[in-house]
Amino acid sequence: MRDRLIFTGQLLFTLTVAAFLVVPAILSISAGVTVNYFRGISSGVTLQWVFQVWDLYAGTILLSFVIAFATLAVTLLVGVPAAYALHTHGGRWSRIVEEVITLPIAIPGLAIALALILTYGGFGEFRRSWLFILTGHVIFTMPFMVRSVMAVFSTVDIKTLDEGAASLGASPVRRFLGVIVPNAVPGILAGALMVVTLSLGEFNLTWMLHTPSTKTLPIGLADSYASMRLEVASAYTLIFFVMIIPLLVAMQMFADREQGR
Amino acid sequence: MQYGVLTKGTVVFMSHKSFVWLCLLPLAVVTTAFFLLPMARLVVVGAEGPQGLAGYLAILTEPRYRATLINTIVLAAATTVVTLIIATVAGMFLQRHRFPGRAVLIAMLTFPLAFPGVVVGFLIILLAGRQGLIGDLSNRLFGEKIVFAYSIYGLFLGYLYFSIPRVILTIMAAVQKLDVGLEEAARSLGASPWAVQRDVVLPALGPAFVASGAIAFATAMGAFGTAFTLATNIDVLPMLIYTEFTLAANFATSAALSVGLGFIAWAILALARSFSGGTVAAAG
Repeated sequence: MRDRLIFTGQLLFTLTVAAFLVVPAILSISAGVTVNYFRGISSGVTLQWVFQVWDLYAGTILLSFVIAFATLAVTLLVGVPAAYALHTHGGRWSRIVEEVITLPIAIPGLAIALALILTYGGFGEFRRSWLFILTGHVIFTMPFMVRSVMAVFSTVDIKTLDEGAASLGASPVRRFLGVIVPNAVPGILAGALMVVTLSLGEFNLTWMLHTPSTKTLPIGLADSYASMRLEVASAYTLIFFVMIIPLLVAMQMFADREQGR
Repeated sequence: MQYGVLTKGTVVFMSHKSFVWLCLLPLAVVTTAFFLLPMARLVVVGAEGPQGLAGYLAILTEPRYRATLINTIVLAAATTVVTLIIATVAGMFLQRHRFPGRAVLIAMLTFPLAFPGVVVGFLIILLAGRQGLIGDLSNRLFGEKIVFAYSIYGLFLGYLYFSIPRVILTIMAAVQKLDVGLEEAARSLGASPWAVQRDVVLPALGPAFVASGAIAFATAMGAFGTAFTLATNIDVLPMLIYTEFTLAANFATSAALSVGLGFIAWAILALARSFSGGTVAAAG
């Protein structure tokens, strides 16, 4: 009897917390397809707001994808070899390097963005292009790629594989591409999902780094929250959910599968 | 990438050691150029104000900045404590019981993980803003519209929204690793359920509390997006830095405050890590 009561109490509590998280998201989704939110859903269901968002903000959505995939390309090209080097070299210096590249996760984006502006703000051409935002995203997401790949290296016996291939006469580059990278695929995929998801939703850095001609999706969102009617802002948020939730689900499935192994 | 170098007519393959260095080179260049150098510049600019190096003390000595700093710390601490309590109750419950709909419930509690702060701010407006659900309900029930999204309470609610999913995941993982045998032993020795929780379960979860609490605290200290969307007159450090930089064009002050904020966030995480031994990292 007493256990039953405790169980029910905890269940109700957990359900309340879940409602706190889910209800606003449902409100936002329904507002995005309602003719008039003030009068409620009975005023009719429409896609006009979604189309309006597309007309107004398609550019921001496109730019977000460009930046997300460019960030992914850079973190792959730079981060995967670095993870290999840090793992192979090991020791105190590798830990210090890992520590330094992880700092951007701890230091608020606002501070990093200010630092970038104070250092490179004078290079007008660079400052005005989307590459400026790219640098911020690369610095912010790099640790996730490097650590994700390093986590795989610590479970696979990379050293034996590497030495085995070397004894067969393979050059370091061939060993890296033919043996190391294929073994790191699970870590690379997990890191890639993380990098793209974080880049698509990044606001703290991007708000400082953007210019009127380089607006990303979250910048557009903030813009619409400040200046558009609630229905448009909600429809825009709806589009963001549609983009980001599949990535989240994929990430979760990945984590579950890794845990199951 | 070139792997063979021609010297005196013979192909000499690159040694393994130099290949490893070459692998690290791009990261070293990118990190130095776009992180270390800018951060060094930030520290230098912070001391270039009219007060010089003393500018760094302004965060403590200037009454307005100090008030904002205290405000931010109190808000972050409140967020951390409340999130830990909520996440422990819910996380323990979800990990210890199997019932239909459990997986859906877990999914509902963790899906906001990737929402940026701006979106969380907007969701709080939908909940507690001028056209919000809470105001609507309170209007119907008591004839009075409750609106608090744009105050420090709205920001608090937003930070809770932001940190609950992260902390729940950590707590659930920690509960899963608990040794059920210890609890059974305590119970068989006659300990009451409450005593088992207090003396066995909660101490065992200590490292998870420290690790996830530090993330929640550091994230709440530096969160900008939520405060920006709820905007207006909430005095928190990130908003102060932003207004000093963009509206007042006060570069030195905003740089000094940024360095202070970055240092606090980093120190909290580093402390927590040396304490709990695990890997601690904030995100968002």
